[in-house]
Amino acid sequence: MTAPLVEVTDLAITFPAGEGARPEDAVRAVDKLSFTLAPGRALGIVGESGSGKSTVAAALLDLHRGTGARVGGTVRVDGLDVLAAPEAELRRLRGGTAAMIFQDPLSSLDPYYAIGDQIAEVHRVHRPDASWRTARARAVEALDRVGIADAARRARSRPHEFSGGMRQRALIAMALACEPRLMIADEPTTALDVTVQAQILDLLHELRAETAMGLVLVTHDLGVVAGSVDEVLVMRAGRAVEHGPVGEVLSAPAAPYTKELLAAVPRVDAVRERPAIPAPRKAVRPAPSAAPAPGEPLVEATGLRREFGRRAARTTAVEEVSLTVRAGETLGLVGESGSGKTTLGRMLVRLLDPTAGTLRYRGREIGSLGERQLRPLRSELQMVFQDPASSLNPRRTIGESVADPLRAAGELDDAAIVRRARELLERVGLDPAWYHRYPHEFSGGQRQRVGIARALAPSPRLLVCDEPVSALDVTTQAQVMELLGELRRELGLSLVFIAHDLAVVRAVSDRVAVMRAGRIVEEGPVDTVYDHPQHPYTQGLLAAVPVLDPQVAADRRALRAVA
Amino acid sequence: MTGYALRRLGGALIVLFLLSVLVYLLFYVAPGDPARLACGPRCNAEQIRQVQDQLGLNEPLLTQYLHFLQGVVSGRDYSTGTGVLHCHAPCFGLSYQNDQPVTELLSARLPVTASLALGAMVLWLLLGVGTGLLSALRRGGTTERVLTVLTLTGTATPVFITGLLLLMIFCAYLQWLPFPTYVPLTEDPEQWAWNLLLPWTALALLESAKYARLTRSATLETLAEDHIRTFRAYGVRERTVIGRHALRGALPPVIALNAVDLGAMFGGAMLTETLFGLPGIGQLLVHSVRSVDLPVVVGAVLAIGAAVVLAGAVADVLYALADRRVTLT
Amino acid sequence: MSDLQETGVWRRLRARPSAVVAAAVLAVLALFALGAPLLSALEGQDPTTYHDSLIDSARGGVPLGPYGGIGADHWLGVEPGTGRDLFARLLYGARISLLVALGATVVQVLIGVTIGLAAGFGSRFVDTVLSRFTDVMVALPMLVFGVALTAVVPADFPRPLLLIIVIGLLSWGGTSRIVRAQTLSLKKLDYVAAARLGGSRPWRVARRELLPALAAPVITYAAILVPMNMVVEASLSFLGIGVRPPASSWGQMLSTATTWFRADPTYVLLPAACLFVTVLAFTVLGDALRTALDPRERSRLRVGTRGGSRGAERATTKGAAV
Repeated sequence: MTAPLVEVTDLAITFPAGEGARPEDAVRAVDKLSFTLAPGRALGIVGESGSGKSTVAAALLDLHRGTGARVGGTVRVDGLDVLAAPEAELRRLRGGTAAMIFQDPLSSLDPYYAIGDQIAEVHRVHRPDASWRTARARAVEALDRVGIADAARRARSRPHEFSGGMRQRALIAMALACEPRLMIADEPTTALDVTVQAQILDLLHELRAETAMGLVLVTHDLGVVAGSVDEVLVMRAGRAVEHGPVGEVLSAPAAPYTKELLAAVPRVDAVRERPAIPAPRKAVRPAPSAAPAPGEPLVEATGLRREFGRRAARTTAVEEVSLTVRAGETLGLVGESGSGKTTLGRMLVRLLDPTAGTLRYRGREIGSLGERQLRPLRSELQMVFQDPASSLNPRRTIGESVADPLRAAGELDDAAIVRRARELLERVGLDPAWYHRYPHEFSGGQRQRVGIARALAPSPRLLVCDEPVSALDVTTQAQVMELLGELRRELGLSLVFIAHDLAVVRAVSDRVAVMRAGRIVEEGPVDTVYDHPQHPYTQGLLAAVPVLDPQVAADRRALRAVA
Repeated sequence: MTGYALRRLGGALIVLFLLSVLVYLLFYVAPGDPARLACGPRCNAEQIRQVQDQLGLNEPLLTQYLHFLQGVVSGRDYSTGTGVLHCHAPCFGLSYQNDQPVTELLSARLPVTASLALGAMVLWLLLGVGTGLLSALRRGGTTERVLTVLTLTGTATPVFITGLLLLMIFCAYLQWLPFPTYVPLTEDPEQWAWNLLLPWTALALLESAKYARLTRSATLETLAEDHIRTFRAYGVRERTVIGRHALRGALPPVIALNAVDLGAMFGGAMLTETLFGLPGIGQLLVHSVRSVDLPVVVGAVLAIGAAVVLAGAVADVLYALADRRVTLT
Repeated sequence: MSDLQETGVWRRLRARPSAVVAAAVLAVLALFALGAPLLSALEGQDPTTYHDSLIDSARGGVPLGPYGGIGADHWLGVEPGTGRDLFARLLYGARISLLVALGATVVQVLIGVTIGLAAGFGSRFVDTVLSRFTDVMVALPMLVFGVALTAVVPADFPRPLLLIIVIGLLSWGGTSRIVRAQTLSLKKLDYVAAARLGGSRPWRVARRELLPALAAPVITYAAILVPMNMVVEASLSFLGIGVRPPASSWGQMLSTATTWFRADPTYVLLPAACLFVTVLAFTVLGDALRTALDPRERSRLRVGTRGGSRGAERATTKGAAV
C-alpha cells in the first residue's frame, strides 16, 4: 500500500468571535475530522451550508494561516505536515503539489491582467527557471488542454471577456499549470448552469483519467459527487457523519442524516402522483372577487416582449412569449441563467411593464394599465422572491413585513391586522410569537416562509415564485416546496414556479415551459416534456442533470462523450 | 473608449455652459450696480450713465449675456472713451481696476499656480501612496496606528495652519529658508525650487493625508477580494500578491482622485498663495474680490470652474481606462 | 433610534477609546462655547475692549510681557495691535465656528437628502435634470465660489448667517449624490418590489422602506461634513472674507496672526491649536461613527469576504480646502 496523498487526523478549526463580540461566540467550524485519500483517488465532501466542508478544503493548503482561525490536529499532503510547514515549503505545496479551484470563477481571477499572464505567473512561481516566454507558452498549452478554443489568442483576454464556464476552465488551466498531484475543487460548478456544469465535471473526470491526480471535490450537490468521485464524506455541523464508497453511501446510506438528505433531493426522473385540482377547502379570507372555477384561464399572455436599455445598448430579455396559467394549476418555468424567466415572471405580476404584447388577467387587459388603475388588482397577483435576505426589510420585524400589505390596503383596524399577520405566520409554519423578531434572527428557510406569508397576506389568486428554493439547502428546500404545494391545494392558488433546477420544477409543476434566450422553446404537461422531450435544447438540458446513481452517471458521461 | 471619452467631455461642456449662466446671473445681475463699481467711488450720475452705455448694461439681459459669450468665443471691442480697445478671445472683459483684459491677467499668473500645483502633486503622491500602502500592509500593528494618527492629524490641519507653522519654524526661528517669493523657473531653477519648497510641503502634507487614507482603504478592499485568495492559494509570495495584484486594484481611485485634485489646484490654491504671497490665480481672485473687480472675479471663477469640470471628466475617463471592468455607458 | 441600538452602534462606539476622548473634547468645547459670556465674565474681560496700555506701540503693538501678555488679568494674553482679551475672543470665536459648521451641515443635509431622494425615486426625466444640477453644484469649487459670493453681498448682512447660507447652499452635492446612489440601489432590492406588490403607494414606499435605510449613510457623511465646514469657515475668515472684526472666529484670528507670527507666536498658536483640536475631534468621531455604522469595514478581515462598491468612496473624497 502506498503512502496516502492526503492524511487528515483530528482536524479541528475554530473561528474567533468578531471584534467587540464575546469570546464564547467563537464558532467551531470543524470538529475531530479524520480521513485519508490515496494517490489518484477522488473524494467528495458533501454537506449543507455551514457544515464546514469548505473550511476543510481550505485547511488542506492551510489557507487559514494568518487569519486568526485556530487550527488543531494534523494535515499531511504528499508527506508534508501542512500545518507546521515553514512558509517556503507551504508555498511549494500551494499550486505545486496541490492546486485549488474555487466556486466563483469571475472573482477568483484578477480582473486587471490577461488570463494567460496570470497562469504564466503561477507557473513561474513553481518553475523559477522558466522564462516568461516558456511560461506563457505553457499557459496557452494549459488553456488549450481545458478546451478553450483558439487558446493562443484567448490567453490575452481578461476574465470579464470570458463566459462563466470558460472562466472556470481557465481556473482549471491555472491549476494544471504545475502538474499538481492533487486538485481541490471547492463548489466548482455551483455558479454555473447545468449544461456547463456537466461539461466542467466531464473535463475534471478526463483530466483525472489522464494525469492520475487526486481530487477532493467539495459540494452541496449529491448529484455532482455521484458521477465524479470514488468515496464520499458526508459532513454536518463540522463533523463527519458518514464516510464510504460513493455507490454504497448513495444507494444504502447508514447514517440517518444521509438518508434524510437523499430523501430530500428532488429526482428529475421521478413521476409524481398528482391529485386532481380540488376546489379550495377553505379560504383564509374571501378574496374580493368571485373565485374562478378550477381550470379557467387566469392569466393569458400573448406575444409578450420586454426590452432593456436604449438605442445601441438595447437587449431583448423576453421575446414573443405566449402562455396561459389556469386557475388552480402550477406552471413550471425552467431555463438557464439569462433565459428571461425572471423578467417574464416579473411582468406577470406587473412589477415590470411589457414592451409589447398583451397580458390578460381573468379576461381583462392589464399589461398596459397604469400604476393607479392597477392598484385594486395588485392584491391578486403576488410574488415570492429568490433571495430571502434581500426580500425582507432588515429594519422591520417579520410580523410588520407580513402586515404591511394589510396596512397599505387600509381596510382593517390595527388589532385585526396583527391577528391576521399572526395567523399567516402560523400557517406557514412559524411561531406567531416571533412577530416582533427581525429577519437576521432567522435562517434562510424561515425567511422564505415569512416571504410566503407576506405574499399570501393580500389573499392573492396567482403566486409567482421566482427561484424560491434555490438559495436554500436541500432539506429546507424540500420543506418549502411541500409548504407551497399545501397552500396551493388549500387556497386554490395558481402558481408560476420559476427555477433553473429541472428536478425541482418537475416535483411541483403540472405543466412546464422551457425557456431559452427569451423564448419558450417547449411547453406541455410536465411528465410528457420530461419523459419525451421534443426540442433538442430540452433534451440537452435533461441529459446534463446530475443523477444520484453512480452507474447511470457513468453511462451518461459516456453518452455525452460520444455526442 | 473614444466614444465614452467624447461623451464625457460633451457632458463637461454642458456643465460649463450652465456654470457660465449661473455665474453671470449671480454677479452681473443680482445685487449692486456694476457700472458704479466699474466707474469708481467718485463718479457722478452722468459718468455712471456713460459707463453703463460703454459696458452695454442698458441692453436686455439676454443680449448682455450673448455679448459676454461672444467675447469668450471670438473676442470683443471696448470703447474706452479715447479709443477702441480690442480684447482677444477668449475675452472675459476688462478689469475695472486698470482696464487690462482679464485673460491676460489670468495667463500671467498661470505659471505660478502651475509650479505650485505640479510640484506639490509629486510630493503628495510619493508621500500619500507610500504611507497608505505601508499602513495597509502593517495593519493591526504599531506602524499602522502611528500612521493612522499622522494621517488623521494631516486631514485635520487646515493648510494655513501647517503653512504658518512651517514659516515660523523654518523662516523665522531656524532661518534655513527664505520667506517665499516667486522666482520664475526660467530665470533661476534653483531659487524657484528653494522658494517653493515650503508651499509645496504645506500643500503636500494636507493632500497626502487624503491619498494615504484612500490608498489604504482601496488596498484593503482589494486584498479582501477573492482573486487575492487565489494567488495566495497558488503559492505566490505575499510581496508579489500585494505589489502586483492588490496595488493594481487600488490604482484606479487614486488616479481619478489625483486628476480631480490637480484640476482644483490649477484653479488656484487660494489659501496657500495668499499665505505665502505667491502671485497665482487664487491670489488674484482673492484680491479682486476684496476690490470688487467683477470681471476679474467672473473670469477667475469661470477659469477655475473650467479646470475643475474638465479635470472631473478626465478623472472619469482615466478611471475607466485604469479599471476596464467599468461598464461604459 | 431603535435601529441604532439594535445594530450595536453605541456599543461599538463606546469600545473605541479615541471616539470617547473625541466626544469628551467636543462636549467640553460645546460647554465653553455656550458659556462664553459667563466664562469671560469670570475672567473679568470681554472680547471687544481695547487695552492700549498692554501693548508696546513702539514695536508696532506687540503685547507687553512674556508669551503675548499672559497673566492673572488676561489668562491667555491679549491680541497684538489692539490689546483685546484673547481668552474671551477664543471663546466667542468657538461659538461662531461651531455655529457655522453645524448650521451649514444642517442646510447641506436637508437640501442633499431632498434632492437626492427626488432624483433617485423620481422619473428618468426628474433624475436627469436633478443629477445635471448636482453635477454643476459639485463642480463649483466651493471655496472659490464662496469667496466670490461674499463679494456681492452687502457688507451689513450678518456674517455668520451669510457663511451658513453660502457653505450650505454650495456644497450639498456630495450628500445628494450619496442619497441618490443609495436610493437607486435600494430601489432594486426585492423588499421594495414586495412593498409595491403589497399595494403601497410610492410615497409610502419611500417613507417606510427607503428613508430608514438612508439614515446610516447620511449620518456618516454628515459627520464628515462638520469638520469640513469648520475648515471652510476658517478659510473664508482667514482670507478676510468671512467673519470680520470686531467679531471673532478662529480663522479670523489666524488671518491677523499672519502679520504677527514673528513677534508674537502665542497669537498664532492659540487659535491654531483650538481649530486643530476641534477639527481633529470631529474627524475622529466621524471616522469611528463610519466604522461603527458600516459592518463592511469589520467583515473585511475575514477570509473570502468580498468588498463592496468603490463608487461611494469616490463620491465622498471631494477636494478639501487648499
